[in-house]
Amino acid sequence: MLKITDLHARVEEKEILKGIELEVKPGEVHAIMGPNGSGKSTLASVLAGREDFEVTQGSVEYQRQDLLEMEPEERAREGIFLAFQYPVEIPGVSTTNFLKTAVNQVRQHKGKDPLDAVSFLKLMKEKMKLVDIDQSLLSRSLNEGFSGGEKKRNEIFQMAMLEPTLAILDETDSGLDIDALRIVAGGVNALRSENNATIVVTHYQRLLEYIVPDFVHVLYNGRIVKSGDKGLALELEEKGYDWIKETADATA
Amino acid sequence: MSLQEAFITYFNDREAAINGQGETSWHQRRRAALSDFEKLGFPSKKNEEYKYTPIGRALEREFSEVNLANTSFNTDLVQELLASVIPADVQANQLVFVNGEYQPSLSKVISSLEEVTIVPLSEAYQKHGQVIDQYFSQQPSFHPDSFAALNTSIAQEGVMVHVPKNVLVETPILTYFISDTSTGVSVASPRNLYVAETGSKFSVVESFYTVGGAASYQNVVSEIWVQPNASVHYTKLQPESAQAYHTGTTEVYQARDSRFTAVTVSLQGTMLRNNLNIVLDDENCESHMYGLYMLDEKSHVDNHTAVDHRKPNSFSNELYKGIMDDNSKGVFNGKIYVRQDAQKTNAFQSNANILLTDDASIDTKPQLEIWADDVKCSHGATTGQIDEEQLFYLRTRGMSKEQATAILLRAFAGDVLENIELDFIRQQIEQVIDTRLDK
Repeated sequence: MLKITDLHARVEEKEILKGIELEVKPGEVHAIMGPNGSGKSTLASVLAGREDFEVTQGSVEYQRQDLLEMEPEERAREGIFLAFQYPVEIPGVSTTNFLKTAVNQVRQHKGKDPLDAVSFLKLMKEKMKLVDIDQSLLSRSLNEGFSGGEKKRNEIFQMAMLEPTLAILDETDSGLDIDALRIVAGGVNALRSENNATIVVTHYQRLLEYIVPDFVHVLYNGRIVKSGDKGLALELEEKGYDWIKETADATA
Repeated sequence: MSLQEAFITYFNDREAAINGQGETSWHQRRRAALSDFEKLGFPSKKNEEYKYTPIGRALEREFSEVNLANTSFNTDLVQELLASVIPADVQANQLVFVNGEYQPSLSKVISSLEEVTIVPLSEAYQKHGQVIDQYFSQQPSFHPDSFAALNTSIAQEGVMVHVPKNVLVETPILTYFISDTSTGVSVASPRNLYVAETGSKFSVVESFYTVGGAASYQNVVSEIWVQPNASVHYTKLQPESAQAYHTGTTEVYQARDSRFTAVTVSLQGTMLRNNLNIVLDDENCESHMYGLYMLDEKSHVDNHTAVDHRKPNSFSNELYKGIMDDNSKGVFNGKIYVRQDAQKTNAFQSNANILLTDDASIDTKPQLEIWADDVKCSHGATTGQIDEEQLFYLRTRGMSKEQATAILLRAFAGDVLENIELDFIRQQIEQVIDTRLDK
């Protein structure tokens, strides 16, 4: 589904990704871990199409298309979803209204008829249960004045509504208390299927107790320096990142 | 002959022709206003109030050949315009003026005569002399403005609304001031007088349109009297056209316990200037001023507002927003005066602007003069671009750049537009935002 080859990216003059290699197949959950500043969020942003980053080398193939040639909205319509680390507040736009446009945009792209008001509401009700989000929150301005937990739940709610093929969760767990974390993880798990895949970017192992990954990758200094199964996450939890850094720095 | 001279000649010709009105109190006011205009002339480059909007020169250049007495127009064009902007099912009083003249066949008053007086000003001079005598050009005008003086001297036509004590007028009053320039330039000077007596309430919308390819100029004055505990909602719409020039002054007087809301929306024009002056002459008054200027091409719109707190315990709130595209230019100047007597005043002002191109510009200037020492006043002005982070967020949800931009701009304009009382008008403006972004 996704094949990243030798991906280099920089912001202004600073090179942040220095040769990422990663392959994700349908049905898989990949965790990307790493110390702060290792390039995790940059990778998530580059996949979603953020223009602040310049890809200088390498390729990303998504469902046999050149992902890097696609606009952010084309990627979204083709099934890529980024749950933001810091969801943006948009005054004057309600979640309900903007999601209706978004959902119908994606449906139109897939050649389906747009949902009418009744079916849209029905779909919303169903997905709201998944992340235990309140209707009143969705009628308010998007993320404006939401708590950290409410913002993250709203991200997963949007993901549930848009039913992506490839979901990228960028530090969705950071700043969440354990109850909110359980709800968010429960939402993500409910959406897993053999046809879609998830990339979980996280700093902490805790989330992976709830969203169990098939693969764990450690990103350090712009490269994936170690890959393994969920056991690697436990090892990192126990030993911290220093041993990874030392090994990587020694071979660099 | 310069345009200024043409106006003065026009006054003299009209004065020679009026029967029986020459000795009335209001005609004396017109004559005094003419001599003010003769003294002031069009504002020069040095006039601080018109520094960013040199409209005097532009008018002399564009309208030097105008025949002020010619008011002919193309009925089909005007009917077509009205049909496109007024939905058939709207229940409203409707007064239409074309090239300065009242059009009874295009107008209708459905509110009952016992309830409220809604008449063209020419009729008011004849039949409602007492109201005219009491209110015409009697506002405690704070800023002598040459265009307002010019209007007072030569204006013959417009609308007069007089709402008696304790009457609540439920049916809105829609007024249309249309310039038809299909046979050449058009100049008109509409004059409106709105009076809400004690405890009464009404809502009025003034819309300014230009049809036809040549230039138009309307010089308007609207006087609004909001007597004790009365409430007035005033909307000024300028869909206009790329060939339109406009100078307008809305003078508002508020008595004790009164409420007033103004919403001013400007969408297009070569040069449009709006003055909104509000005097809060007693305690416990409430004023809201909302404005949206959404401009493209070479449009130039200048909003000057002044709110004068003269007595204690009143509240004023001002929110003006601008979206400037292409080479357009916005000007905002907001004055707040709090007199020494006006303790416990709350006065707030905010002006926010979005520039969509490098060639668009805004000049914004808050001006607060506060002589009282126990007041709450605040002002703020911001200018920026579309927020890239918000744009990216919406695009990652599948919206095109254009769709996302439209959503963000509609949201930006939303807290001004939500104050427009009539849904169909708000929707028409939202549609303009959408079509502008689709081009």
